[in-house]
Amino acid sequence: MLKRLRFPIRYVPFAATVAVFIVAYAIGAISFKNFFTLRVFVNLFHDNAYLGIAAVGTGIVILSGGIDLSVGAVIAFTGMLVAKLTACGINTGLAILIALAVGILFGILQSTLIASFDLPPFLVTLGGMFLARGGSFIINEEALSILKNPVLDFIEDNLQLSLGNGVYLECIEVVYLIVLLCGIVFTQWTPLGRRIYAIGVNEQSALLMGVPVARTKIMAYGIAGFCSALAGIVFTVYLKSGNPLNCIGLEMDAIAAVVIGGILLTGGVGYLLGSLFGVLTLGLIQVLIMFQGNINSWWTRIIIGILVLLFIFMQNLITKLSDKKQ
Amino acid sequence: MNNSQSLNFIIGITALLVCVASTFISGRSQKFRHLRWPLVALSLLFLYNLIFKPTFFALEITDDGYLYGSLIDILNHSSKIALLATGMTLVIATGGVDISVGSIMAISGAVAATVIVSPYSSLILAVVLALLVSTFAGLWNGILVAACGIQPMVATLVLMVAGRGIAQLITDGTIITFHHPAFNAIGNGHLLGLPVPAWLAATIFLIALALTRTTSLGLFIETVGNNRTAARYAGIAARKIVWITYVFSGFCAGIAGLVVCSNIKCADANHAGLYLELDAILATVIGGTSMTGGRFYLSGSILGAILIQALSTVMYANDVNPAVIAVPKAILVIAVCLLQSDRFRSRIMALPVFRKFGGEPC
Repeated sequence: MLKRLRFPIRYVPFAATVAVFIVAYAIGAISFKNFFTLRVFVNLFHDNAYLGIAAVGTGIVILSGGIDLSVGAVIAFTGMLVAKLTACGINTGLAILIALAVGILFGILQSTLIASFDLPPFLVTLGGMFLARGGSFIINEEALSILKNPVLDFIEDNLQLSLGNGVYLECIEVVYLIVLLCGIVFTQWTPLGRRIYAIGVNEQSALLMGVPVARTKIMAYGIAGFCSALAGIVFTVYLKSGNPLNCIGLEMDAIAAVVIGGILLTGGVGYLLGSLFGVLTLGLIQVLIMFQGNINSWWTRIIIGILVLLFIFMQNLITKLSDKKQ
Repeated sequence: MNNSQSLNFIIGITALLVCVASTFISGRSQKFRHLRWPLVALSLLFLYNLIFKPTFFALEITDDGYLYGSLIDILNHSSKIALLATGMTLVIATGGVDISVGSIMAISGAVAATVIVSPYSSLILAVVLALLVSTFAGLWNGILVAACGIQPMVATLVLMVAGRGIAQLITDGTIITFHHPAFNAIGNGHLLGLPVPAWLAATIFLIALALTRTTSLGLFIETVGNNRTAARYAGIAARKIVWITYVFSGFCAGIAGLVVCSNIKCADANHAGLYLELDAILATVIGGTSMTGGRFYLSGSILGAILIQALSTVMYANDVNPAVIAVPKAILVIAVCLLQSDRFRSRIMALPVFRKFGGEPC
């Protein structure tokens, strides 16, 4: 009876992430007036929606045992693409579709190189990063603003859910939550998601079991490309402009969020839901430092580093413990 | 054609001939085969310039007695990548990777600048303290990887993320500017007509080469990279070897940080060495060292660093927007990856065109 009630060890990292988030939130709620409000909480989603969407893609790639360094650059590229296309007078909806298609194609291209020629994902996506970053400068060397766009204005003015007290749930938060939900359903409850876990744990045995490794990899990076492109569009909507310098180094934030979210960087272990709490924790640290006012912003980086370290240690311990059991 | 133009042409032809000749020599010899592809790329770059922009090869001697020109520029600016790549090569040879070197550079620069503007301002103190701190940062990486058994990329990710915060903590969030002639010489000075950073990079390279190739240390590193367990069973202190490489990488990053900090005469915690870790990894891989470890070529890494910088300098010389340089770099990364991939090579060699030549695998 006791054995059945015991908390499975694989849930520990996830539980720890949630605990860290709750503790940080409680600290904020106790120390600062107006912290424990719906507005601050919703803002957390609003400000980090693009990071969250990118983290879903990064999470899927990392679960499959790969890594994607091109995220930040693809965000900048698709943002620029949407800004440029709409500036050229192309329908906004069409521009968004084109950007999404470009993102998916970009992911597929990278993974085709990785899968069919057995190249290290680290280097190929590094090349992808250079390509997308340079590409966004080729589109335009400076920031492009999207002003007076009827579609985006309509989305901003009408597509929002009132939560009372003048707090609105806006379109980009909803998009993030939908993407996250789709990602969770996909990885946990579909055969394709199982394959991603399978190749993440051990590519060789997955291949022997009959999992189409190359196809699964291509799918994982394709999804990541889609997520990056979507994050780029969300970021563009959020800032109402595209800038080729946007989101430099965002891939590292996304990886950090995923690691804090309890996903093992070697692949195959963890839950996408954890990335939500990883992203929220990163956002919360910034909000806490903002509320505090006295602490300098550079502590954000140090605290994130310490958190990443703690989670790595915990993962390591858990891996060792479960290895011993077997 | 006046005198200076013909001189440029002669220098260009010489550079090209040296490159082409060394390509052939390296292709024939077993020992330098890994240098062949980067040399081909460098030859192509030089050929392009010889045809379209001979002024690229202009070399002048200034009144102060040092050389000046694009070629010297390449040497000067590639030295920080070369410094990082020297350390990185040894780390990658053990099967690891160190993505924190850019942040360590920022820390090193921050420490040096803080000492320089402090009341205890002294060149030796600044250099020694900066190198001590960066070596310690390398040790921290080494402990995480070797003693705690954490995957190298993740272990160094910690310092990569936190390092810039630490650097800002040291500089108190400001960009420290200073004027200190002796310290400025590290990044801007000249020795025997050549820039000091190039001498520094060459010294570190020669030290690393001597340590790894005249002693059995290099062999140990390769053994650990090939199979850590087997290395341990063979009596090699695998852990010690691994953390030593990270310490050395931190040390090299510290020197690179000093060079950058002294070159721009300020410590910028946010931008010093940003993305340079990726260039260093790229230089290492271009030089023939495989990311999976087990084999390393220090000379290749240096050549890789020079090639990356040459690519940028050629672009600048041809009035290409600096931001767009990322695109040819991307092509370089993918091309290098493909050339190193066995599967790609065997597939290319299976094409009918190549089968005619007997399909000798390159």
